[in-house]
Amino acid sequence: MTEATDQALKTAGKDARPIKLACRNVWKLFGSNAADFIRQRDGKASPADIAAAGLVGAVRAVDLEIRQGEIFIIMGLSGSGKSTLVRCMSRLVEPTHGKVEFEGKDLLKISDAALIELRRHRMGMVFQNFALLPHLNVLDNIAFPLSIQGQDRTTREKRAQEVIELVGLRGREHFYPRELSGGQQQRVGIARSLATKPEIWFLDEPFSALDPLIRREMQDELMRLQTMLHKTIVFITHDFDEAIRLADRIAIMKDGEVIQIGTPEELVVKPATDYVAEFTRDVDRAKVISARSLMRACDGSEHGGTVAPDAKISSFSASIVSSGKPFAVVNGSGKPIGEVTPQAVIDLLAGIERRGADT
Amino acid sequence: MTVTASASAMRPPVQRWLAIWALALAAVLAVFLLQDSLPWAVNYPAEAVVPVADWVSALMRWIKSNLSWLTRSITAVLGVPLDFALNLLAKNFKIGHGPDAFVLPRLSWIGVCAVAFLAGRAAGGWKLGVLVGGCFAYIALFGQWTSAMLTLGLISIAVPFCIVTGLFVGIWAWRKPWAERLIVSPALDLMQTIPTFAYLIPMLLLFGNSPVSAMIATAIFATPPMVRATMLGLARVPSEIDDFSEMAGCTARQKLWRVLLPSARPTLMVGVNQVIMLALNMVIIASMIGAGGLGYDVLLALRALKVGEAMEAGLAIVALAIALDRLSQAIAHNHAQGQIYQAASPIFWRRYPNLTLAVAILAATTLLSLFVPAFAAVPKAITFTTAPLWKAAVSWVTINFFDTIEAFRVALILNVLNPVRAFCEGFPWLGAVFLLGLAGYQLSGLRLAFLVAALTAFCAITGLWEKTMATVYLCGISAFISCLIGVPIGLMASRSDRFEKIVTPIIDTLQVLPSFCFIIPVVMLFRVGDVTAMIATVAFAVVPAIRYTNHGIRQVQPALIEAAKVSGCTPRQTFFRVQLPLALPEIMLGVNQTILMALAMIIICAMVGTRDLGQEVFIALSKADSGRGIVAGLAIAFIGIVADRLFSAWTAKARARLG
Repeated sequence: MTEATDQALKTAGKDARPIKLACRNVWKLFGSNAADFIRQRDGKASPADIAAAGLVGAVRAVDLEIRQGEIFIIMGLSGSGKSTLVRCMSRLVEPTHGKVEFEGKDLLKISDAALIELRRHRMGMVFQNFALLPHLNVLDNIAFPLSIQGQDRTTREKRAQEVIELVGLRGREHFYPRELSGGQQQRVGIARSLATKPEIWFLDEPFSALDPLIRREMQDELMRLQTMLHKTIVFITHDFDEAIRLADRIAIMKDGEVIQIGTPEELVVKPATDYVAEFTRDVDRAKVISARSLMRACDGSEHGGTVAPDAKISSFSASIVSSGKPFAVVNGSGKPIGEVTPQAVIDLLAGIERRGADT
Repeated sequence: MTVTASASAMRPPVQRWLAIWALALAAVLAVFLLQDSLPWAVNYPAEAVVPVADWVSALMRWIKSNLSWLTRSITAVLGVPLDFALNLLAKNFKIGHGPDAFVLPRLSWIGVCAVAFLAGRAAGGWKLGVLVGGCFAYIALFGQWTSAMLTLGLISIAVPFCIVTGLFVGIWAWRKPWAERLIVSPALDLMQTIPTFAYLIPMLLLFGNSPVSAMIATAIFATPPMVRATMLGLARVPSEIDDFSEMAGCTARQKLWRVLLPSARPTLMVGVNQVIMLALNMVIIASMIGAGGLGYDVLLALRALKVGEAMEAGLAIVALAIALDRLSQAIAHNHAQGQIYQAASPIFWRRYPNLTLAVAILAATTLLSLFVPAFAAVPKAITFTTAPLWKAAVSWVTINFFDTIEAFRVALILNVLNPVRAFCEGFPWLGAVFLLGLAGYQLSGLRLAFLVAALTAFCAITGLWEKTMATVYLCGISAFISCLIGVPIGLMASRSDRFEKIVTPIIDTLQVLPSFCFIIPVVMLFRVGDVTAMIATVAFAVVPAIRYTNHGIRQVQPALIEAAKVSGCTPRQTFFRVQLPLALPEIMLGVNQTILMALAMIIICAMVGTRDLGQEVFIALSKADSGRGIVAGLAIAFIGIVADRLFSAWTAKARARLG
């Protein structure tokens, strides 16, 4: 499976998948003469400078690379600039400074016509409050992006019907948005954004307006779709649990800055700042931390079983504790690279900090 | 934020303001007492009057003589659809000339009533169908059919014109913020405060006494709400829908026409409803420059003091207004809801059963009317007239209650109207400019102070000071009494759901009635004069005071009321300490609306013999003296703008304080 190779590539510390979208020192400042301000400082400014110039820094010095086929989550509380950042990536908001590269090409330099083409065929977006057109029924809403492109009715309705099947809305084609529940409306939003077969898919807090049960169902739905479609996903959320459930990598934002980018496990194990640590504190660590993070060098004792380096602790915690013996951590070729002791697992489950293990 | 903070730090605090106001009032009083030595400060010197009126007249004369080709061609072009609508609904088509002309009949009245019923049923079910159909049947049976159809024909041409123009101007203003700020908003403010009469004068001059000039005046008068609705509707489209259209790759045009305008449809439909009602109101008034129809009937009857006939035509206007209002509201409501899915049938008459039926009925009844006279015109035998009844009623009231009414009228004039009038007319113009400017400065700042002072000064330097103050006095008293009646009713309605249920339909109906209709019953009892004007104005202007007060109290958050109850407030304390203060900005907004409506009505009351700016416009209209009429119209508009700006600034300040 590709996922296994993806994982292998990532564990090697290098991700060989091509970079789909990258931000290079992207700034969005609000206020008069913001562009001059940041250009004169060569793309560098401290928060104090910005405040002194009477500007507001919505996005500051963001550098990130999103690889093809990954679910990249931007996480932050309200006002942290995550929505502005994702709008900079799609140029809904014009960044004040920096580069946004789509497959290596600077998005900020392309013409309006090229941008329209790009958005029509290669980008899709799902919105927090669904943004369905109230005067169109489900079928017409989903076919809308296609009709904008000038496709004829039969072609676009055929494609719309396909995505309606995909998101499980069959039988509701002729309902109007106001006749649907929140979850169903967001399914329409998802179907609409998929109708054009986009390569990069922006999801702006897509499940935040839904109640918790529906939210969980929709998260599963998203994972199901992703195993079929392998889109490059940029997903915005303020819910760290949601981020951990879905993410390949997470970027945590605060006050317009990205303060850490990493896999959920990296964030939990090595939080860059107290702020990140605060977020990760209530996370169920056994579900996030893998055997690799907990293993130590083998000391020659007898092993009660083997686990893969990427196996989450929760997947073998019961068996290791009942066996009472350390488990060997083996790599792909079956060679042991370390071991995990039952005591380490018990400490982790009990919430006892044990930093020494991975050094 | 820093700006307001520093500005409020610079400006004196409340106690200082009290002292400043005391000083200012003392200064004005001093000017008043010293008027022998300072006469120019009290009454504006006649020799310094700026002849703005003459300039405007000269300009209009120039336009008339040099641009007559333009006005004539406009008349000709607009005349075509208008004549068609008038012929279709009211007048019959005549093909050929002389006695052997072939006459195609107008739409049969039976057919139109049936179609009105069908339209009502399609838009709002059986009840609405019966109401709308009943209103039309009422008009027919009371012998007002031809007049009513003339009015309806004018509206049916003017309204689409208003909607299209309003839509495009609104889009332009929404696209270009500078245009909105510098051109559209000020123009809309001015257009909505200039009295209806003042529109008629330039139209009369440019396009003559004809239905076309009435239609143009109507179209101009009724467009502003559509512009506002478009701007508001577009601004209210959620930003996510805007983002979506960008991400779907819409071009600017696709975005506007396929995403934003359809999403704004509920607000746009509210605008359409307002356009229809304003057009009806204006068509009635435009009967003075040749619109004909129901307004003309009222006008003729009023001039001849035939209260019975005036009342009948007035009631027909009411019936037409209610029918149009309820119908357009129901359609707007349906649009806002979106339709329920039904399988679309390919066959036309299956897909549009109501439309097909309506066309069939109209065709059949109109064809029949070629052979059966009862279909062509309402037969005399089945029409009623209530004119003698009204006349008898008025005679009975005057015979039996003459003394009471007269005593009431005289007491009102002697004890209330005359003293206030004397006070207003004696008020030094320089003092008024100064005090209003000071109020503007306190409420908002230098810009408002200058605007208010300049507009007030305009009324004085054009030599209209005395008439301006006569208007202010009558408008002020009427607005004051309206609030005195309206605010308590609103408060009661807000505290009792049952009372609200009774009040709401009454004020809804009062609101749709054209202003003309308020004068008729009052004239019957109080004859002409200031008292009549005042009572009609109060009846007209009381609606916003009731509505806003009720709404203001009811929109106070339930959580706050619960918090008050939990902290042990008695109902009385809850009301006075929590609800009333929080509702005050909204109530003030209602008072503001009441003043503007009172001003509009006072002007129309020139017809019943007031002696103010309205009379000035009215005389100018009858003499076709454009300069005089337009300057007086502007002075009226400026009174409205001054009041509106001061109240809005005050409300904004109160809102900001409450957060």
